[in-house]
Amino acid sequence: MSAGLLYALAGVLLFVLGAAGVLLATHLLRRVLAFNVMGSGAFLVLVGLAQRGGVADPVPQAMVLTGIVVAVAATALALGLARALHARTGRTALSEEASRD
Amino acid sequence: MTEAWLDPAAWLILLPLLWASLSFLTGPRRGGRLAIAALAVQAVLAVRLAQEMVASGARVHAVGGWGAPLGIDLMADGLAAVMLLLTQAVALPIALYAQAYFANAHHRAEADGSEPAQGSPDIEPSPAGASRLADDPRAHGAPRRVAPGGHFWPLAGFLIAALNALYLSADLFNLYVTLELMGLAAVGLVALGGGAAQLAAAMRYLLVSLTASGAYLLGVALIYGTYGTVSIATLAPLVGREVPLATGLAAGLMLVGLMAKTALFPFHAWLPPAHGGAPAPVSALLSALVVKASFYLILRLWLTPFAPLAETAEWLMGGLGTAAILWGSWQALRTRHIKRLVAWSTVAQLGYLFLVFPLLAADGLALQAGVMQAVAHGLAKAAMFAAVGVLMLATGRDTLDGLAGVAGRVPVTLFAFGLAGVTLMGLPPSAGFLAKWLLIDAALVSGQWGWVVVIIAGGLLAAGYVFRVLRVAFLAVPADAPFHPVPRRLEWVAFALATASVALGLRGVALAHLVGVAP
Repeated sequence: MSAGLLYALAGVLLFVLGAAGVLLATHLLRRVLAFNVMGSGAFLVLVGLAQRGGVADPVPQAMVLTGIVVAVAATALALGLARALHARTGRTALSEEASRD
Repeated sequence: MTEAWLDPAAWLILLPLLWASLSFLTGPRRGGRLAIAALAVQAVLAVRLAQEMVASGARVHAVGGWGAPLGIDLMADGLAAVMLLLTQAVALPIALYAQAYFANAHHRAEADGSEPAQGSPDIEPSPAGASRLADDPRAHGAPRRVAPGGHFWPLAGFLIAALNALYLSADLFNLYVTLELMGLAAVGLVALGGGAAQLAAAMRYLLVSLTASGAYLLGVALIYGTYGTVSIATLAPLVGREVPLATGLAAGLMLVGLMAKTALFPFHAWLPPAHGGAPAPVSALLSALVVKASFYLILRLWLTPFAPLAETAEWLMGGLGTAAILWGSWQALRTRHIKRLVAWSTVAQLGYLFLVFPLLAADGLALQAGVMQAVAHGLAKAAMFAAVGVLMLATGRDTLDGLAGVAGRVPVTLFAFGLAGVTLMGLPPSAGFLAKWLLIDAALVSGQWGWVVVIIAGGLLAAGYVFRVLRVAFLAVPADAPFHPVPRRLEWVAFALATASVALGLRGVALAHLVGVAP
C-alpha cells in the first residue's frame, strides 16, 4: 500500500467520523468542530490520492488551500450564529420542536 | 463577438461582487439604489449573452486570459443562459420590492417606538419577553421586532454573484466554491431577522449545507484522484461505459450532497423553517433561485460526465420526487401559517424537477420540461412570497385565519397570488402548464404511465392549497380587524412577477430554442 493511499484512507475515516459528529452531536460547538474534522478528511483524500509515483501534484494543493479558506469562513459564520443563538435563548443546542409547525 | 474585457459573462459575476462590497462599506440599510441600478445592467447583460449565444453558439471565456488547465474557464451554454436570465429576472423585481419592504418595516418600527435593534450589535437587547415572542410558533416571520433590512444588500449581492458564477463555472472544484459562497450568503439572509426562531433555522440550514458540500467535495476529491481532472468537458469522454467503483462512489456522494441542498424529500426538513421564517424578499430569493442552483448542477452532471450512471439513479430520483410532491402538498394543506404553506409548496414543486431524470433518456422534451418548470416555479414562487409579504404587512398576522377579507383591501396582491397559483397548479396558458404538459408528453412517449398520475395528482393538490388561501381571503371582514396601508410598489412587484410566470407560457418556444444551444 502506497503512502498516498494510506493518507486517502485516513482521510475517508476522518470524513466519516466528522460527518457522524455533525449529524449526531447535539452541542453546537461539537457540531462545528466535527464539520472541521470532516473537511480535513476531504482535504486529506484530495492531497493523498493525487500523489502519483511519490511526486506531489500542485493542483489539489491549491484546491485544498481554497477549501481551507472556505472552511474558515463557514466556521466563523457557524460560531457567530451559535453565539447569537446562545445570547437569545441561553441554549447551546438546536431544539427539536423548533422545526415543526 | 465583443472584446474580452467587455465579456458579459465576466461582468455578470464582477458587478454583483462590486455592489455587494460597496453596500457593505456604506453600512446597514444602504445600497438599495446602487443594487437596483446594477441589477438592471445585469439584466441587460444576461439578455445580450443569450442573444449572442442564439446567434453564434455556446461561449467560453478564459478568466484573465489564462485558459484551462492553468487558469479558470467560464462556460456558457443554453442551460446556463436560461438560469442566468431567471436569476436576473427574479433579482431585479425583488430588489425593488426589498427596498420598499425594508423602508416600510423601518418606518413602522420607529412609529411603534420600539428601537430598531441596531445600537450595539454584540450585546443585543434580549429581554425574556422578546425571546418568548420569537420562540412562539405564531411569531414565525412576523415583521415586528425585526431590525429592518440589516445587511440585506451585501448578502443579496454576494448571493447573486455566487449564483451567476455557479451557472458559468466549467469545473467541479470551481462549482464547489460557488456552492459554498451561495450557501453562506443564503444562511446569512435567513438569519437577517435576528429572532431566535430565525437564528435556529439559519443554524440548521448551515449545518445541512456544510455537510452536503462536504460530501460534494469528497466526491470531487475521488474524481480528481481517479481521472486527474475536474473539468466537466475533459471528464465527459473519460467516464466510459465501465465505471470504476471510485467514480460510482463519487457520483453518489455528489448526488446526495446536492439533493440535500435542493431540499429534495427526505432532505427537506430544513427548508420550511428557513424559507418560512425569513423576511419576504429573502424567502422569495431563496425559494425562487437558491434551491434551483443545486438542481441545475445535478442536471448538468447527469447530462454529461455521469450519463453512464444515469440508469442506476434515475428511478431513485423520480421516486423521491414523487414523495416530495405528495408529502410537500400534504403539509401545505395542513399548516396554519401562510408563509409555511408557501414554503411547503416549494418542497412539493421541487419534486417535479426530479421527475425529469427517469424521462431524460426517452427524449429531449424532458430536459425542456425540467428547465421550464425551474423557470416557471422561480417566477411564480417569487411572486407568491412577495404577495404573502404584503398580506402579512397589511393584516399584521401570519396565520391563514388572519387573512379574512384581504380580497377587498389588497386586491392586486391577492390577484397576484392567484395568478402565481395558476402556474403552480399547471393551468393553461401558464409556464407551469407548459412544463407539466411537456413532462406528461415525455412520459407518454416513453410509455411510463405512472409519472402521468403523479403529475396530475400534484396539480390537484396544488389547487387544494392555493384555494385554501383564496377561500379565506374572500370571507367577510371582522369589524375589529386591523389593517395597515402597504406601499403600492410591493403590490405591483408581486403582480408583475406573477404575470411573467403566466405569460412565459406563451414564449415557451423561444426558451426551448435557447436551452438547445449545446456546449
